[in-house]
Amino acid sequence: MGNAAIARGAIAAGLNLVSGYPGTPSTEVLETAAKSNNGSLYVEWSVNEKAALELGAGAAYCGARSMVTMKQVGLNVASDPLMSLAYIGVKGGMVILVADDPGPISSQTEQDTRHFASFSKLPCFDPSSVQEAYDMIQEAFEFSEKYRTPVLFRPTTRVCHGYASIEVKDEAEYKINKPEGFVKDSSKWVIFPRLSYNAHIRIEERNAELSKVFSDYGRNFIISAKDSSSRKAIATHGISYTYAMEALRDKAAPAVLKVSTPFPFPEQLAVEFLKDKDEVLCIEELDPIIERELIYICGKYQLPVKILGKLTHNVKTAGENTCASVAADIAQFMGWELPAAQPSNEPPALPVRPPVLCAGCPHRASFFAVKEAMKGKKSVFCGDIGCYTLGNAMPLDMVDTCLCMGAGVNITQGIGKIEPDTNCFAFVGDSTFFASAITGAVNAVYNQADMTLVVLDNSTTAMTGHQPHPGTGRTMMGQVVDKVSIQEVLKGVGVKTVETVDPLKLDEAIECVKRVSAEKGVKAIVFKSPCAVLIKGKSPAVIDSDKCTGCKRCIKTLGCPGIVMRDGKPAIENSLCTGCGLCSQVCPFDAIGGVENAD
Amino acid sequence: MQTNILICGVGGQGIVLASKLIAATAMEHEIPVMSAETIGMAQKGGSVFSFLRLGDDLYCPMFPEKSADLIIGFEPAEAVRMLPFLKDGGQIVVNTHPIMPVTATLKGSDYTGLEMIDYLKKNVAKAAFIDGESACREIGSPKVLNMIMLGEAVRRGVLPFTIDDIEATMIRTVKPQFAELNSKALRYNK
Repeated sequence: MGNAAIARGAIAAGLNLVSGYPGTPSTEVLETAAKSNNGSLYVEWSVNEKAALELGAGAAYCGARSMVTMKQVGLNVASDPLMSLAYIGVKGGMVILVADDPGPISSQTEQDTRHFASFSKLPCFDPSSVQEAYDMIQEAFEFSEKYRTPVLFRPTTRVCHGYASIEVKDEAEYKINKPEGFVKDSSKWVIFPRLSYNAHIRIEERNAELSKVFSDYGRNFIISAKDSSSRKAIATHGISYTYAMEALRDKAAPAVLKVSTPFPFPEQLAVEFLKDKDEVLCIEELDPIIERELIYICGKYQLPVKILGKLTHNVKTAGENTCASVAADIAQFMGWELPAAQPSNEPPALPVRPPVLCAGCPHRASFFAVKEAMKGKKSVFCGDIGCYTLGNAMPLDMVDTCLCMGAGVNITQGIGKIEPDTNCFAFVGDSTFFASAITGAVNAVYNQADMTLVVLDNSTTAMTGHQPHPGTGRTMMGQVVDKVSIQEVLKGVGVKTVETVDPLKLDEAIECVKRVSAEKGVKAIVFKSPCAVLIKGKSPAVIDSDKCTGCKRCIKTLGCPGIVMRDGKPAIENSLCTGCGLCSQVCPFDAIGGVENAD
Repeated sequence: MQTNILICGVGGQGIVLASKLIAATAMEHEIPVMSAETIGMAQKGGSVFSFLRLGDDLYCPMFPEKSADLIIGFEPAEAVRMLPFLKDGGQIVVNTHPIMPVTATLKGSDYTGLEMIDYLKKNVAKAAFIDGESACREIGSPKVLNMIMLGEAVRRGVLPFTIDDIEATMIRTVKPQFAELNSKALRYNK
């Protein structure tokens, strides 16, 4: 896996510390580093990306080689330390790994971290394959240490989650980095306006130099045209480069420019590429960064080259590129015949499969309990980022808003200030609570909000593949530590009513919601029940076909994948049912039994 | 020489492991391999696929439509969904047992998978069908569908290795207590 290759590459480069916050498609980098740890590496899941980046900076101040991992939206959280750290710099090599997600496949935005590189003025590396990711991360550490600056490393989903057989170093060839330790020097490590002014001058000089250095960097290169008379050419990067090369296989291929360092842009190499060209097609994912750079260079050097791409709608402006889309874009650009779409027989209507909460997921019970308790009352349900965002699907329909990590807690306060007659709820998962909802709770208490904070505590970070967090009492170094109690945190910040209830005991849960939500001010309910994927399921539910009237209340209210229709009646899908017992408590005819919670 | 394989189905059917076993077996035979699969949000009951490529001179793990030598469909509608990727003359191996999405259950849809199987039979010359549900029942575990599908795929002769080779990789990969059951599933042949 690309992420595993990045972790192994970083270890081969003498990595001393890695920190991060889980987020698809970046998560497996840190997990692989933890698994491959021979004892010389410190690994942690930090509470959020900002904490992770600051930790990595501290280690790099000491001369350690550090890596910080996150997904693209995680960098938004970490952008405050990032922007300042760019001025301060580092002593040991520091790579900030930020995985972008064209599509987006599992993210809120299609933001392009290459923009963050030019915004923060930090060098950026953009690998196009698993092998290149392994090699390039080692080079990134060298550049970082040589220029004493953190660098960004931004693979995209298809590189992160692509697999390939690759060449790796023997352990004997690994670099061993022994950190010197922190050397006090307040003129260096304490940011002040004067320091920033001087640093800004140096950064601009360094980036001008790096632009030249990157023009000679072997991973930025030009492939000459097979047809030397062709005045057309292609500029590309990342996984799109591999799609382009597949599309050009066995063709009279034009010249290709591969850009592996979008910032600082390899300007001299680009000038060489552009001379003698009439038209260049830029094939990029996310934003037209290379395209704008080439337009700028054409203007600066007065090169009469037409630059095509996303800005000219020759490449689609949003979503992921594919082998097929790139082949079609290139064929159109080159005037090649497109492969004729062969008439195929129209297939039957295909079932759609939107993602849903798993069978036995305790979040289903929590949402259902609140829904039942608030029936007929004017309410708003602000959701958040995690598996429980899927509570938006029918029939639960219990997520009215979702924005970014921790936002729901504050959004519901804003709604409450404008619509005081609304029962305001914020749903937040346990990992998201620790990552970024605590400040929202403090804000609510301080500013006299009237709201119910519902913490869905399944004792893991489920969506990204079950990482530990402060509430689990386990760390990535395998230590067992004191759990940070969500209830104590809430009481500590001034939430007076904090109740904890098992959502799978449905009647109790509904009563709890009615009681707590009726109070004034900020109050909290912790729905505590472990993630269904992590526990050994009980025996599946059994439907008594004599009692079942086929009313379908179980299906219509819960939408559990463990209940299907067979021969006109609900039936249990035994391969999925975990025996959670929720449906047996919903059935008005006591027709579902065989499970513990059933009465 | 390249072999392109597409494995598709629904989250939770064991597609990722099946894909990894093919990749690991290829590496064992010093055949370069690349693969790419769905991970994350889409796994929760969503359509899942894995692209696999074996051979030299590969740039990327994905391939365009009409390129797959073999499609292993763990679910009939998912096989139909990915059928445009099948090369002319390519083969398919399909589990006939349908998985009903929750949305279809809610709408009272009558999706049975039969219409998908009819379509596949009409449009693909080299198609093998397995009733995965009854095969699993016969072997004694709902978790071995991936091994049953993999075994049949190897028997189609598209992959450059044998059942023994895949079995050896499987034994190295899975927990020892599951090895025997998985072997039985790999060799299930009816």
